[in-house]
Amino acid sequence: MKDIYILGYAQNQILSDAGAANEVELIMPVVHEVFKQTGLNQDNIDFTCSGSCDYLQGAAFAFVEGLSAIQTNPPIKESHVEMDAAWALFESILKIQMGDAESALIYGFGKSSPGNLDSIVSLQTDPYYLAPLWADRVSLAALQARVLLDRSIITKDSMFDAIQQAMTNAQNNQNSLVQSSPSLDQYLDSEFISSPLNKFDCSPISDGASAMIIGTKEFAENINRKFVCINSIHHNIETSNLGARDLTTSKSITSLAKLIQLDQIKLDFAELHTQFSFEAPFISNLIGLQDIPVNLSGGPLSGNVVMAAGLDAIGKSYESLLNNNYSNALAHATSGPCLQQNMLVHLERKQ
Amino acid sequence: MFATKYASAFREKAMKRAAVIGVGQTKYDSKRRDVSIGGLVREAINNAMKDADVDWDAIDAVILGKAPDMFEGLVMPELSLVDAIGGVGKPVMRVHTAGSVGGSTAVIAASHVCSGSFDTVLTVTFEKQSESNATWALSPKYPYSPHINAGAGGYFAPYMREYIRRYNAPENIGWIVAAKDRQNALLNPLAHLHVPGIDEKMVSDTPMLWEPLRYLESCPSSDGACALVISNKKLAKDRNAAWIKGMAVRSEGTLSAGRDEVNPQGGKDCAKDIYNQAGITNPFKEIDCAEIYVPFSWYEPMWLENLHFCNLGNGWKLTENGTTSLTGDLPINMSGGVLSSNPIGASGMIRFGEACLQVMGKADKHQVEGANIAMGHAYGGASQFFAMWIVGKNI
Repeated sequence: MKDIYILGYAQNQILSDAGAANEVELIMPVVHEVFKQTGLNQDNIDFTCSGSCDYLQGAAFAFVEGLSAIQTNPPIKESHVEMDAAWALFESILKIQMGDAESALIYGFGKSSPGNLDSIVSLQTDPYYLAPLWADRVSLAALQARVLLDRSIITKDSMFDAIQQAMTNAQNNQNSLVQSSPSLDQYLDSEFISSPLNKFDCSPISDGASAMIIGTKEFAENINRKFVCINSIHHNIETSNLGARDLTTSKSITSLAKLIQLDQIKLDFAELHTQFSFEAPFISNLIGLQDIPVNLSGGPLSGNVVMAAGLDAIGKSYESLLNNNYSNALAHATSGPCLQQNMLVHLERKQ
Repeated sequence: MFATKYASAFREKAMKRAAVIGVGQTKYDSKRRDVSIGGLVREAINNAMKDADVDWDAIDAVILGKAPDMFEGLVMPELSLVDAIGGVGKPVMRVHTAGSVGGSTAVIAASHVCSGSFDTVLTVTFEKQSESNATWALSPKYPYSPHINAGAGGYFAPYMREYIRRYNAPENIGWIVAAKDRQNALLNPLAHLHVPGIDEKMVSDTPMLWEPLRYLESCPSSDGACALVISNKKLAKDRNAAWIKGMAVRSEGTLSAGRDEVNPQGGKDCAKDIYNQAGITNPFKEIDCAEIYVPFSWYEPMWLENLHFCNLGNGWKLTENGTTSLTGDLPINMSGGVLSSNPIGASGMIRFGEACLQVMGKADKHQVEGANIAMGHAYGGASQFFAMWIVGKNI
């Protein structure tokens, strides 16, 4: 296996409503920024891969428009996943491992503001039995939060702590959308969207885009950016039948922790793709992250660009490793109801 | 600064070999009301697993591809289909690259194996077009953009008119392709369209849809799925397998100055890439047969030129003189092609899988005698996304 390095990462200022700015206008600045960071251009990129969801734009083939943000003349080796861009990163790594590429550009983008994210995401559920009920993302997350509270695996206090911590950390992230924490009274008095979750427990509707460049060790050395290595990356998925899952645990996340040999790593911090307050304490308890900082960037509670937020967890880990005295980070990406599909990534600073 | 390395020598050294060891398809039809979406993909998967003679334990990852989610009205259906595709507890990926997706999904699945991280993977693609209306889904109203209510046929018709103008091609070429592919489909029990007695006259008697395309020169809307089991040398070496000798994808932007929509650069580059990888210098002579993505009749001659099977302007002559018929020198779309079955998300993978069946000698009545090297091809978007592979009988 080749060593693969993250060479650059950029994220837009996350907006609650990007207005008339279309996806191309969101993608172009971040692609230009990663090229600026690395001194590269599209001609130096062997493989390009993006992640997005047509339904967010409300148009089949909406991802095709995204290509207008990058140089495609001459034609490029390119692909697209209808998944979070973290999986576009995974695909790019396969291309590098097989020897088809030495470098890759990854981007993810999403505008949740124009549509109704709850209705859109409810169409991820089984089309015959569950989707007709329009089970929305907050209600499904609330199912899991409720069972975790009832079993005392998490507490209301730990949910509030996660919100406060996220908002405090978000003040260090210039791109974050929300940075102010409610007081305990405000939190407890807030109306439920779906019990036990209120608006402070949920990540905000967000618009934005992110981009990343990765490369082999030799490629990284050539541009003097051999800093942060992707040591290990694995993903898997659980059944779609919520009734068949034990929502008090996550077989997916615990098995991935074994695959990346988490118990062998002295982690400094973790960036988790936690779209709801209870998920950070839940995952922390599950895989032993209680003693390290979680979501130094503020995480999705401070801004959640659907289809880029998983890549952001990896990108924000890279930034923290680069800018602080840290050595090892864990990044997490997720998709589907109640953390159905997950990815864990171990990043290590090499210099 | 420094050149990127695409040289085939570099590739061969680094790349691990992969082969298709199982191909599975469904019966294609306009409405498969007898199965759910999960049942449809499972039908193809069961057939592929049986063909490959492997158990679920052997499958390390599942890669699902389909065209836009709006075709069925489901968002990221891999999440709800995970049980039907056998993905629980495994890495599952979902690919969407427009009409080329069936091909690019096969390429990405094979990349899992070639990366050395996975021994054997299952890949499946599908479309259940009867769940929605593709022409509606293909004609979106983008905010802040003019609305083109075209659908695919209306979108591609001007490209074909331009081809005819450039090379002064006679109007019956499209009829020949439409009749030839449907005659081939009569030999393929899985094909959606079985039109007994079809010939040029029958095609030319059908109503004009989008000049120059008549009704029978257009692909149908189909329900269907196609699955492949792809493995590394360890498992494939003692089996009847289709060895991947070259595979590539290319994309170009929808609009750019100087883009030739009739003969796109992305298609030319992609074909050259796979020929280089496979060591092919004369594709017309060295490739025994090809399944190429022809959703509208005129795309056969257009792609023959784009894929370097002949010089510019000669594609229609190969069609006219019977070279591309089942018994010709370069049989094209032996299975009946996209013109006979078009579950959009799967259509590319059917091309890739049918190419495998040919070199494995499993194509039954539409088998090309002694096929050793075959090509699978898919395209999508506004003639801007390309996926191709070359498979061979021998490693």
